[in-house]
Amino acid sequence: MITYQAGKQPDPREHRLIFKNVDREGWDPSIDCYLRDGGYEDLRKAIAMEPKAITEEVKKSGLRGRGGAGFPTGLKWTFIPPNNTKPVYLICNADESEPGTFKDRYILHQDPHQLIEGMVISCFAVGAKVAYIYIREEFPEAALILEKAIREAKEKNFVGTNVLGSGFDVEIHVHRGAAAYICGEETGLIESLEGKRAYPRIKPPYFPAVLGLYMCPTIVNNVESLCHVKHIVRMGGDEYAKLGVARNTGTRILCVSGDVKKPGYFEVEVGKITMRELLYDMCGGPKDGRSFKAVIPGGSSSKILRCDEKFTLKNPDGTSRELGFWDIPMDFDSLAACGSMAGSGGVIVLDDTRKISWILNNINTFYAHESCGQCTPCREGSMWMKKISDRLVAGEASPKDVATLESVAYQIDGRTICAFGEAASWPVEAIIAKFREELIADTRPENEDAPHNPEAEAQRRFLQPA
Amino acid sequence: MSASILEENVASPETPGSKFFPPFVPTAALEAEADQRLAQFPEDQKRSAVLPLLHFVQHHHGFISAEAIEWVAARLDIAPIKVLEVVTFYPGFRQSAPGKVHFRVCRTLSCAMGGSHELMEKLCELTGIDRSHADSHHHPVSVSPCGKWSVEFAECLASCGTAPVCLVNDDFHEGIAPDKAADLLAKYRD
Ligand SMILES: Cc1cc2nc3c(=O)[nH]c(=O)nc-3n(C[C@H](O)[C@H](O)[C@H](O)COP(=O)(O)O)c2cc1C
Ligand code: SF4
Ligand code: FES
Repeated sequence: MITYQAGKQPDPREHRLIFKNVDREGWDPSIDCYLRDGGYEDLRKAIAMEPKAITEEVKKSGLRGRGGAGFPTGLKWTFIPPNNTKPVYLICNADESEPGTFKDRYILHQDPHQLIEGMVISCFAVGAKVAYIYIREEFPEAALILEKAIREAKEKNFVGTNVLGSGFDVEIHVHRGAAAYICGEETGLIESLEGKRAYPRIKPPYFPAVLGLYMCPTIVNNVESLCHVKHIVRMGGDEYAKLGVARNTGTRILCVSGDVKKPGYFEVEVGKITMRELLYDMCGGPKDGRSFKAVIPGGSSSKILRCDEKFTLKNPDGTSRELGFWDIPMDFDSLAACGSMAGSGGVIVLDDTRKISWILNNINTFYAHESCGQCTPCREGSMWMKKISDRLVAGEASPKDVATLESVAYQIDGRTICAFGEAASWPVEAIIAKFREELIADTRPENEDAPHNPEAEAQRRFLQPA
Repeated sequence: MSASILEENVASPETPGSKFFPPFVPTAALEAEADQRLAQFPEDQKRSAVLPLLHFVQHHHGFISAEAIEWVAARLDIAPIKVLEVVTFYPGFRQSAPGKVHFRVCRTLSCAMGGSHELMEKLCELTGIDRSHADSHHHPVSVSPCGKWSVEFAECLASCGTAPVCLVNDDFHEGIAPDKAADLLAKYRD
């Protein structure tokens, strides 16, 4: 029986694999604690297997990346060219910077050995002898915890030369970022690790599995994804795939923040709980006297959903069915079918006290600050979107500005080097599509000709002398 | 070109916080850090160590000066501009001294909804910081006249469920509603 700290008991609907030790009574991040709990047994099992067989199990498990894109992990691993002679690298993406996401934080701070075990197994499977944990700068304590954990694991020969007598060598290094969101994008991360500005690379040709770190094959996986590998080895791919629903297997951690009574993290079987169960049963519903208005379901880059929306979905046999917002199962395919995405698992909840123009402006401010500046549509567009929404919240916008804002968003989307372009424009597109009237209500037609800055005012005076 | 590019482009104005940080000088500890970090990368990829070395410098000296850039560049066999371009790209690196105690308050959505902007106002009020000249790109940090305190907005600190949150130097604090600002400050008074 595992007991948890008072007030931190998991919800009965949770299924904890990755977060088994998070908030656990008497748990600490030391290797002794981890070993007492049977830690590193899965590494022993893995290291006796053929590397290819591990990849095979990961494929069978159906694991999809938990970093945002939901790409099948096993399949990604097979993209390393078969005739490769260069070194292979594994990078753990611990940049956790998508607004609304707060899961990797708890693994890194409370259960570092789970990650290290998952990483060593993954390195063995893909043939990587060097691995880096790229951790965001704002986790200074976690960086120290990880460095200590790696030293402990080396002392016990779970990391280092000739791991557990297998002949396999692996080193893991911790590398801190410097507070830039774009370092979460895998090719931006790689540039940053090479000591440069984190300018994402264009794909093709720079798919990391082929041309990654130092132009060598590189596997980039999220913290949570790499932890799952350990459990897949223990359970076997087939058994793991029984968790969750078809094509959306396993467990995943949902992070709920914003306007609910009990925000927090919940590890659930993918697709086994609905939006209603998550927000009402697990998070205690809306705050007193308020009602739910909208939800951003997968990190701030995902498209907003209204709580009164209905969706028409296609059945496999070609017929269609209706699905109300509250009945959406929390899995990759269902959220995608409803026009949004499961993304990084960060669910941000808004209630009826929130003004949508203010929400939009907060989001736009983030992306305007974080664009790396390489592509013109993204650099200029994200700044313009912020300027227009600044006007909206200041009551200085005209109805036409809403249309301009929308057109700017659609001119970014699909025209950039990396998916940040979509990350910045999707929230705007969706908010306008779903809350156009509310945004327009914050505008005034007479603002249309009003100058918005000193330059425009000077120009107006020049053109229309009094 | 190397020396002049720093002369022309790097100005690290004194701030009230400067007195709390020793000026940059290469120390044995920095040399040891460089050796240790360089060992983590292939021999022909010394440039990879630029972020770790800059972190070390900033941790001890408060910010990255022209002298520090020059030293790091020489140690990694790269042109100073390659270090400077990193310093100016990443919001995590500063070019002038913060206060002795530096607050980074999360600005992003869930924290903003939870009152982080009011928390920022409260911190400024209690420390006498004037944020009216702050802007997120070029002047993110505002220092109190006494140099003891400074504030800056950070983007999502990955703890949205315990909003509002902030970092105080390297310590993380969660659930800091604006009315807890005074208690938080009290922890760092001396
Ligand atoms: C703008 C942007 C930011 C991203 N931020 C993160 C992040 O903070 N953490 C993360 O794991 N993946 C992030 N990703 C996704 C990564 O590029 C990559 O797909 C992921 O790390 C792969 O790991 P996975 O397959 O295990 O999900 C981001 C992607 C984009 C486009
Ligand atoms: S889309 Fe934006 S963040 Fe991505 S490479 Fe282009 S400018 Fe940089
Ligand atoms: S919004 Fe503040 S921690 Fe995420």
